[in-house]
Amino acid sequence: MFREFNVTLVLALVVVAGLISAPAFAQTPEEALASIQSDAAKANSGFKGFSAARGESFFKTKHGNEWSCASCHTENPATPGKHAKTGKVIQPFAPSANVERFTDPAKVAKWFKRNCNDVLDRVCTPQEKGDVLTYLLTVKK
Amino acid sequence: MSKCYKNFPRRLVSALLVMGVAMSGAQAGDRAEKYSGENRGKPVQPAQVNAKFQQECSTCHIAYAPGLLPAASWRKVMGGLNKHFGSDASLTVQENKEITAFLVNNASNRWSASTAPLRITEAAWFKRKHDSHEIPPTVWKNPKVKSPANCAACHQQADRGDFSERHIKIPK
Ligand code: HEC
Ligand code: HEC
Ligand code: HEC
Repeated sequence: MFREFNVTLVLALVVVAGLISAPAFAQTPEEALASIQSDAAKANSGFKGFSAARGESFFKTKHGNEWSCASCHTENPATPGKHAKTGKVIQPFAPSANVERFTDPAKVAKWFKRNCNDVLDRVCTPQEKGDVLTYLLTVKK
Repeated sequence: MSKCYKNFPRRLVSALLVMGVAMSGAQAGDRAEKYSGENRGKPVQPAQVNAKFQQECSTCHIAYAPGLLPAASWRKVMGGLNKHFGSDASLTVQENKEITAFLVNNASNRWSASTAPLRITEAAWFKRKHDSHEIPPTVWKNPKVKSPANCAACHQQADRGDFSERHIKIPK
């Protein structure tokens, strides 16, 4: 009986702790980059860091399909974009112009998966994601 | 522009429809069904909105009201999100389940046909309401319209499911 009570109490504490720490899952764009960087180092032992120039060119180039990243997020990611198919406005992509960008890890993962699939027919590598984010962090408002 | 003239094609279509249904016999029942049964329900967003639906289905286009398609259509749409009209719109299993339930529960209640189009814009009611009597063909070529699926190009309150004539403005 006493033991059972203890288990319940511990479980309740775990749940409460989980609720309290939930907002801590939010991240800064720099933390997002750090986490991509650790993925990149794991995926490739010869990893040599990210490059804004490479990220910019990746972002603005088509990769065999109809769209580049810039087709929807625009050539100047500090300005609002537009969905290439539907025309719906997309808020600016650069963190300097949109404080919500790259702060929700689940959202970042969801859209990298979707959009890389549309643009490249595959997932983006950690190198590609890190290059793009490094580029975006250099874009001034 | 006399009302009478404008209505004539409608009357003709209705008459033909009635005749068609009558001729197709017993199984069609004794009442001529509107749009051969491909009729929308309420276009307004249900009072009980679903936050996941609002969030996930309004990023690339407006959140289309569930009443615009039958339940079978929504099941199909939600079953193929990884290849969604040329885009990857995939969700987690949990998100997909929750949104599918919301759409199916609020689907068109006037759809009696066995058809289940993937597009709202393919339904008979839609085609009839947006045919060349209502909208000149040149309008669809306007880059501001882009696609019939771009409801908000003409219906200024489309995201709220308000398609009343008061809020229609065809772009020039
Ligand atoms: C067909 C249009 C389209 C294309 C092409 C596209 N995106 Fe997106 N992207 C979107 C939309 C829509 C959103 C979600 C709406 C929003 O967040 O404003 C989004 C959001 C994102 C996000 C989420 C960012 C955040 O934290 O808010 C990332 C990451 C992203 N896109 C990366 C890319 C990359 C990388 C490419 C090129 C490989 C790309 N996108 C190409 C339409 C597009
Ligand atoms: C990643 C972008 C994206 C997301 C997210 C998305 N859609 Fe779409 N959807 C599209 C595109 C692109 C089209 C085609 C538009 C066109 O033909 O003009 C479309 C079209 C549709 C159509 C057909 C419109 C018509 O009648 O022609 C329906 C219905 C639809 N979407 C439902 C949904 C639902 C439900 C969700 C949420 C689970 C959703 N969409 C999320 C991109 C998206
Ligand atoms: C090019 C402009 C245009 C676009 C795009 C458009 N509509 Fe319409 N729509 C109209 C006009 C004009 C009418 C008025 C027709 C009439 O007088 O009956 C109308 C009528 C309607 C009605 C009223 C029909 C009724 O039963 O009373 C609905 C509902 C509707 N549209 C839904 C939609 C939806 C949903 C979309 C997007 C999937 C859409 N429309 C896209 C122009 C447009």
